[in-house]
Amino acid sequence: MHTIDVRDLRKDYGTVVAVDGLSFHVGAGEVYALLGENGAGKSTAVEILEGHRTATSGSVEVLGIDPAHAGRDFRDRIGIVLQSSGVEAEFTVREVIELYGGCYRNPRPLDEVVGLVGLDEKVDARIGSLSGGQRRRVDLALGIVGRPELLFLDEPTTGFDPSARRKSWDLIEALGDDGTTVLLTTHYLDEAEHLADRVGVLSSGRMIAEGSPDQLIGQVSGTVISFMLPDSVSTMDASATFGQLLGVDIRMSGRLVEATVDQPTAAVHRITGWAVDAGVELESLSVSRVSLEDVYLSLTDDAHGAEA
Amino acid sequence: MIGFPSTFGLLVAQTRYQIVTFWRIPVAVFFTLGLPLIMLVLFNALFGGGTFSTSEGEISAQQFYTGGLAAFTAVSATFTNLANMVPLRRDEGVLKRWRGTPLPTWVYLAGFIVSAVIIAFVGVVLMLTLGLVVYDLEIEAAKMPAAIMTFLVGVGSFAALGMALAAMVKSASSASAAANAIILPMAFVSNIFIQVDDAPDWIVALGNFFPLKHFAEAFQNCFTPFVEPPAFEWASMAYVALWGVLGLVVALWRFTWEPSGSAPRGRRSRRAASDAG
Repeated sequence: MHTIDVRDLRKDYGTVVAVDGLSFHVGAGEVYALLGENGAGKSTAVEILEGHRTATSGSVEVLGIDPAHAGRDFRDRIGIVLQSSGVEAEFTVREVIELYGGCYRNPRPLDEVVGLVGLDEKVDARIGSLSGGQRRRVDLALGIVGRPELLFLDEPTTGFDPSARRKSWDLIEALGDDGTTVLLTTHYLDEAEHLADRVGVLSSGRMIAEGSPDQLIGQVSGTVISFMLPDSVSTMDASATFGQLLGVDIRMSGRLVEATVDQPTAAVHRITGWAVDAGVELESLSVSRVSLEDVYLSLTDDAHGAEA
Repeated sequence: MIGFPSTFGLLVAQTRYQIVTFWRIPVAVFFTLGLPLIMLVLFNALFGGGTFSTSEGEISAQQFYTGGLAAFTAVSATFTNLANMVPLRRDEGVLKRWRGTPLPTWVYLAGFIVSAVIIAFVGVVLMLTLGLVVYDLEIEAAKMPAAIMTFLVGVGSFAALGMALAAMVKSASSASAAANAIILPMAFVSNIFIQVDDAPDWIVALGNFFPLKHFAEAFQNCFTPFVEPPAFEWASMAYVALWGVLGLVVALWRFTWEPSGSAPRGRRSRRAASDAG
């Protein structure tokens, strides 16, 4: 039995279709990331799985239960970190962890919770005095205080500084290693690539691709070559000049030229040869493996193209 | 398998937590407990020597104000307090967070209501103590059962009405405005700040329609010397309770745990709304 099993899930808000025939499953102990832009339907889907919203149609099973009709036992086994939900600002970290923890069958002790989320120093600080990133760690603390079998994380590191992000990743990895099933939504592709065993890409409420990060990257063959457009070539001419040299269509964002090629050695040879002949320096020249970001962009481009 | 903590223990913890919250919000403490005491001192300084005549007899201004303001304190602690705090917690997403925990949802709401009743009790006792010590309030043991009963019917009903208002408003800021816009004019036509038996008919009619005057008079009578014990005002209590039931029905019908998505009020709620769409 899967921890999460979603079949043909649909959610309409009036005439707006937020989730449109979504199917996926998450196995026990798996870390699964739902990727997608704002409005792709991630949060709606996750809130249906949490029991906060009801589906228009389709079937959903979480821990073997339909969350729309789930009770206290279900909520004892899950942990929820919502995208934007406050904590009582008048209380200290210690007080809220004890208060919320006190509702579970078998809560984690305070010291363990603050240790895991890195709030040891702030145990007796009022929530109202914490920074945005520290409050997000309180959110995480309240999500894990009940020793959940399944943890929902809706954009857990949005607004974090890089080091806090790393720490949260370590925590999520540790929970994953411990056997906790994690359903994560994120905008950050590096986050999904780093943490997730499997990734589902949502666009307009539909799953447009699914697989492990490596599988998804493998679907898009090639190597990315990028450099800054030299001053000697106008933006207008860039496509013609470099498209011909590289043998593929190029992408421009600002002055950055990017192309995905199948035979990088020859392509680099041609482009550097041209640059040496022309006497220009190709600034920021780089050759890199396709990242999840490139896969995501090409997938969502395709999805939007298909709609238009 | 380990069982859930006892429901009674959870309710005690929730009630304690709401009372602690109240004490940590100075503005709430001031408006709920402090301001009525200041009003008692001011009204007595201004009109304290006089008497008010009612259909049943003469009542000293001191007794009139102590009983009426005690009732007003009970209403502030329940109706106004719940109508302010519950939408605030909903806007913040705290209600939604609690609904995702194993705490039974009714225990969370009961904690709010029980704490409001306890705060109301503290406020009433403070008011009566000040009245007793400074303003010659007469407390007769034989009328105390009626006072306690009237208090319980009043706070129960006004708590239900506070939850109804909390359920109807979209945001915390409109809740706060609505609660004051309702309770202050109502107090003026309900024998709290001034005696209105000689006022124009429409003011008397307005006061008779809303529950506050019935509650205030029933409570005042428990401290009025010429009213004989046991001083149960059954008709008034029934009328207040009727409003309470109406409030309960509206609260149960309209209550929501979700922050309002249809009226975005900030960056985060706008984003939540767009994500939901």
